[in-house]
Amino acid sequence: MTAAPDVLVVGASAAGLATAEALRRKGHTGAITLLGDEAHPPYDRPPLSKQVLAGTWEPERAHLRNQDVLDALGVTFALGDPAVSLDPATRGVRTASGTVLRADAVVLATGARPRTLPDQTGLSGVHVLRTVADAVALRADLLTATRLVVVGDGVLGAEVAATARGLGLDVTLAGPQPAPQAAQLGPLASGLLAELHAGHGVRLRLNAAVHGLVGQDGRVTGVRLDTGDVLPADVVVVALGAVPNTDWLLGSGLAIDDGVVCDTRCRAADGIYAVGDVARWHHERLGSLLRLENRTNATEQAAAVADNILGADRPYAPVPYFWTDQFDAKLQVFGFLPPDAEVSVEDGDVTARRFVALYRRAGEPVGVLGWNMPKQARQLRQRLLGQAPAPAPAPEGR
Amino acid sequence: MKVSVDEDKCCGAGSCVLAAPDVFDQRDEDGVVVLLDPEPAEHLHAAVREAADVCPAAAITLGNGA
Repeated sequence: MTAAPDVLVVGASAAGLATAEALRRKGHTGAITLLGDEAHPPYDRPPLSKQVLAGTWEPERAHLRNQDVLDALGVTFALGDPAVSLDPATRGVRTASGTVLRADAVVLATGARPRTLPDQTGLSGVHVLRTVADAVALRADLLTATRLVVVGDGVLGAEVAATARGLGLDVTLAGPQPAPQAAQLGPLASGLLAELHAGHGVRLRLNAAVHGLVGQDGRVTGVRLDTGDVLPADVVVVALGAVPNTDWLLGSGLAIDDGVVCDTRCRAADGIYAVGDVARWHHERLGSLLRLENRTNATEQAAAVADNILGADRPYAPVPYFWTDQFDAKLQVFGFLPPDAEVSVEDGDVTARRFVALYRRAGEPVGVLGWNMPKQARQLRQRLLGQAPAPAPAPEGR
Repeated sequence: MKVSVDEDKCCGAGSCVLAAPDVFDQRDEDGVVVLLDPEPAEHLHAAVREAADVCPAAAITLGNGA
């Protein structure tokens, strides 16, 4: 590899932009191209289910950088042109428009797309939430609706339920878990979350398997559960997690298995790396493959990949982190909160809904939860550094 | 280098404090960013650039040739 390799980043969202920024920050002077399927400049997704959906932000406020900052990066943006295939041998990427882009290093940052129900296409009033266009369309529909059913009890479903309740809708949150985000948060925090939602008037249909959608004249009218019950709805949001966007790589010869399989350096093949939601890499400290859909992972993984493109030999072994804001609760989670962990409150008071808890397994700290104490949770994070392997992560995250 | 922060965008992750503890802190009550030094000395610039880049809420902007 030359001193200043040309870099092609496929994907112009948080992870893609962060790769370009990290390369420049670390002194890279070679050409960088950011290829994106959407026409928008890079934008942030966490606000879509909160501020943008609530209408407190115009969608443009979710842009990650203003135009001056993007211009100063010295990056070529090729937007609105999805990648359709990769040839790892030549590091060439073909796009939908027929262009072939080649580079010394290719970074795969194509993200993930929402999982859907088999019968949801063709019914109006049924939404997913991944892109800014999704958020704008959902908001428009919610403004004329009375009853929303959210299918899916992970972080996205819970956030959408909270935001829609704030807009005054009658909201039902349905999902298979005993409490919202139970897999990610464990029994204590997910139980508090269930109380929080119920206290704000969200109808919770927990332990409920969704059978499918019910519609009339092309418009959704409800959600049918496995029990046969139908939850009436004017609008339905399907929030069943996401699948990595790897279809375009199926002919590439790269190992694809719930994401682009990478080594500890986030390298999928010689000169080919993956970052963000699409990357499933070997986490050296955990000793297993891991794919994280967390916002901070996009940025931290991009920094590690930038180092490795520039000649470092750096394993990527982060402490996972996500946050969520629902009603008046701000949750911060570092590491993992397995259901069988011993939980000790280290600061604050659970009954006051303001506390920090440390999660241990076999005496070893594996996770930190902050409930309305973001700073104190971050301070406790250091207890997780350098620890023995943590348990396998929950399947879904932000 | 001139640093500005957008408290409304801040999500309280504290990534900035981890990157540049001499320049950023968080409020005890709600974790929102506190800018300790809006015009940091030159030896802090690299850390501040990293903090701006890694902020998961894009709440930090840099001016004056930053």
